[in-house]
Amino acid sequence: MTALEIEALSHHFGGLTALDRVSLAAAPGERLAIIGPNGAGKTTLFNIITGIYRPAEGRIRLLGQDVTRLPTHRRAQLGLARTFQITTLFPRLTVLESVLLAVQGLDSARFTIHKSRESYGHLREHAESLLADWGLADRAGQVTRHLSYGEQRQVELVLALAGAPKVLLLDEPTAGLSPAETASVVEMIRRFSRDTTILLIEHDMDVALDLVDRVLVLFQGRVLAEGSKDKIKSDREVAAIYLGTDDA
Amino acid sequence: MSTRVAAGAVALAMLVALPAALSSYQLSLLTKMLIFGIFAMSLDLLLGYAGLPSLGHAAYFGVAAYTVGLLALRVANNFWIDFPAGLVMAGGVSALFGLFALRTRGSYFLMITLALGQVLWGIAFGWRSLTGGDDGLPSVPRPRLPLPWSLTEGVPFYYFVLVCFALAIGLLALVVRSPFGRALVGIRESERRMEVLGYDVWRYKYFAFVLAGLFAGVAGNLFVYFNGFVSPSYLNIVFSASALLMVILGGAGTLVGPAIGAAVIVALENVISAYMERWVLVLGVIYVLVTLFAPSGLVGLVKQRMGASRS
Repeated sequence: MTALEIEALSHHFGGLTALDRVSLAAAPGERLAIIGPNGAGKTTLFNIITGIYRPAEGRIRLLGQDVTRLPTHRRAQLGLARTFQITTLFPRLTVLESVLLAVQGLDSARFTIHKSRESYGHLREHAESLLADWGLADRAGQVTRHLSYGEQRQVELVLALAGAPKVLLLDEPTAGLSPAETASVVEMIRRFSRDTTILLIEHDMDVALDLVDRVLVLFQGRVLAEGSKDKIKSDREVAAIYLGTDDA
Repeated sequence: MSTRVAAGAVALAMLVALPAALSSYQLSLLTKMLIFGIFAMSLDLLLGYAGLPSLGHAAYFGVAAYTVGLLALRVANNFWIDFPAGLVMAGGVSALFGLFALRTRGSYFLMITLALGQVLWGIAFGWRSLTGGDDGLPSVPRPRLPLPWSLTEGVPFYYFVLVCFALAIGLLALVVRSPFGRALVGIRESERRMEVLGYDVWRYKYFAFVLAGLFAGVAGNLFVYFNGFVSPSYLNIVFSASALLMVILGGAGTLVGPAIGAAVIVALENVISAYMERWVLVLGVIYVLVTLFAPSGLVGLVKQRMGASRS
């Protein structure tokens, strides 16, 4: 069974074709980079996989189940998580509160209205252990918007990991970070469970090729090339449109 | 936390003891403050917690007041029928309006809640044979309960309202601390993120919307008993806007703040309307002053002061 399977997905914004019959499949635990120039349709693809947009055509299967018509939160319940290119954290909540929301989201207590959350000790324990695991324990009480940009990225990754997702979509996790911050985020991603399938959108080729097993190149809404890291590196067409033609 | 419990206990003790020290007129003002406090807190659930700025919250207050008034006048003055009927109508109307309003966000939400509220105002205003039009429904009787005290008296009625107020603030405080209430805050901060984390955002907002309508209905029920009269002005935009102002003045998202805001507005209205008729103008000025000098409300100001003196 594939973890994620996409079949002939198309999407249009008005007259513009953002995605044109894109197909891909990712095996359980596989790490796949999606690269391509700006406007290639990478983020649109993530938005369709998570159900933020409905595709014009095509199918999406998550862990063998057709989720093409499912709303976003149902896909999350099935084990799909993602991060955003633009951080959409909870700016006025503390880090601990944010992680608690992430932990609670997949817990059966999430609809409870007649009991204080304080009475659910396991939620807090889980949230605190996540923060401790990822070295953010000392940030727990801080309001998210007061963190550095790099730390916000780390918090975002922790939120995505809180539900132990089967499939994780990372949309440019190192965009806008300093080299040192990038290194720590890359280190974090490297430590993610090998059971989690990861799709990674990344502009920094070194980062992308460092983290993944396989690469898919999108160009103008189409899959231009797909294959192992080495194959993509030596692909002349990819080099021409994306990596620059100097060494081609 | 323990200081909060202590402050709550002191406030409650004062509210219990106050009738002994107040004239009957002052007591009726205090009763009105508590009723409007419930109304403001119900709106805070939407505005302060879920981040939904409703400009039509008077609809649920007014619908409950009219329901209780009509039943008590025309059918039977039976508390056990009329009071629940007011709540059912408030809940029902908010369940219906929520379906439309929650399709929108931000200022569109503001506009559609306003428009829906005005529809009810128009009905109350135009359907004279049922509602009495702009004359309203006069001489609504107080309920008769199997209690040793008659609620037609100011003091017993005050205690009746105080019990309702205490129940309302207790229940709402529990709701905002529950996993559901924390999720509302998450939705206020970032809807998209909450969806991706597995929350059915619409369902949370809809439930909050109906719950807020129900608590507004409690306030409307009590108000018509208190006032003995209801008119279309309790359904219209000015009343909705003053509720918003109570919430913002007291401090949105603090629950107790809006109750304080309600008390301040009721007191000011009482003082100012003795001297001039342009009460709405004064409301406007208060709004401007609050947004300029105390954007997080009176509770926010107090917190700031306490924080400053501590550091």
